[in-house]
Amino acid sequence: MIKQLEYLSLLIIPLFLLFTVLYGTVKKVRVYDSFVEGAKQGPAIILKIFPYLLTIFVAIKGFQASGAFDVLRDGFYGLFGFLDIPIEAVSMAIIKPLSGSASTALFTDIVKTTGADSMATQMSAVIMGSAETTFYVLAVYLGAVSIKKTRYLVPVCLVADFIGIVVAVVVTRWFF
Amino acid sequence: MNALWLIMVCVSIVFAIFTGHLEAFTKAIFDGAKAAVEISLYLLGIVSVWMGITKILEDSGLIYRIAHLFKPLICRLFKNIPDDHPSITAITLNVLANLFGLGNAATPLGIQAMQDLDALNQDKGVITPEMMTFIVINTASIQLIPFSVIGILANYGHHNPAAVVLPVLIATTISALTALLVLAGFRKVFK
Repeated sequence: MIKQLEYLSLLIIPLFLLFTVLYGTVKKVRVYDSFVEGAKQGPAIILKIFPYLLTIFVAIKGFQASGAFDVLRDGFYGLFGFLDIPIEAVSMAIIKPLSGSASTALFTDIVKTTGADSMATQMSAVIMGSAETTFYVLAVYLGAVSIKKTRYLVPVCLVADFIGIVVAVVVTRWFF
Repeated sequence: MNALWLIMVCVSIVFAIFTGHLEAFTKAIFDGAKAAVEISLYLLGIVSVWMGITKILEDSGLIYRIAHLFKPLICRLFKNIPDDHPSITAITLNVLANLFGLGNAATPLGIQAMQDLDALNQDKGVITPEMMTFIVINTASIQLIPFSVIGILANYGHHNPAAVVLPVLIATTISALTALLVLAGFRKVFK
C-alpha cells in the first residue's frame, strides 16, 4: 500500500510537467523560451533570500553548539517530567522547528540507539512527521518578499509549534 | 523576528562562555554560514526550475484556469484575494506539494505564492493577513504520508513502519487546525 502510494507521489511532478508543456504547446506557447524566461528570475529571488537564511542559520547553529540547547532540553524535560516523555523525544521536539537536517540525523540516531520499536522512536517519528522546520520556512518565505514587520506571526508560529508537539505526544501515547 | 534573534544570539554567547563551549560556538557560526550557502545553491536550482514551469503556466493561461478552479476552496481561508489571481494557483500547488511530501516543489511554489501575495500588498515590507495565514499553514505542515520517516524506520527493522501513518496524519491535522485557531485568536487580540 505504502509502496503504491510512494509510486503515485513520484508520478505527480513528471505528469504535471508533461501536462504543462503539452497544454502550452496547444496554446501556441514556445515552451522552451518561456521556461528560460522564467528560470531567469531564479537567481534574483535567491539573492534576496540568502541573507535572511544566513542570519537565521548562524543563530541556530550557534545556539545548538553553545550548550544553551542542552539546558533548554533538560529544562523542558524536568518541567514535563510528570508526562513521562522520553528525553530523546524532547530533543526531537526542540530540534525539529530549528533544523531539518539536524532533526533527520537525530531521528536516525534515536532509532539506532533505542531500537526501532521503542517509545522514544515512536514518539520522535510522530513529531518528525507532523512538525515543520518553522525557522527555515520563516526565513525563506519572509526573505523572498523582504518583509520586515512580521507583527504577531512569530509568536503564533511558536505557540502553534508547542501545541503541535503536545498533540504529537498525546496521539503517540494513545496509539502505542 | 528581531527580538527572537537577539535573544538566541545573546543567550548562546553567555552559555558558550559559562559552559566552555566557546570554540565550538565560533566554529558553529561559520558552519551555519556554510549551510546557508549550500542550501541557497540547492534552492537556486529548484526555484529556477519552478519559475520556468510557472512561466509556461502563465503564458498558456493555465495559471488562471487553475486559479479559477480552486478559488472557492482557497478563498475560504484567504479573504482578500481577487478572482482568478495567480496567487491562488501558487497556494493550491504549494498545499498539494506539501500534502504529498514533495519537498522539491513545496518550497519554490511557496516562494512563488509569497511573491504573488506581495503583489497585492499595499504596504511593502509589512506582512499581510493572507501571508500570515499562508505561512502558518506551511509551518503546520500537513502531510499525508511521511515517506522519509517510514524509510528510516524500515531501514532499522521496525516491525511495521507504515503504522506511523495514521498517528502522524491525526497529529498533523489537529495541529494544523489549532495553528489556524491560534492565528485567529492573535488576530482578534491585535486588531
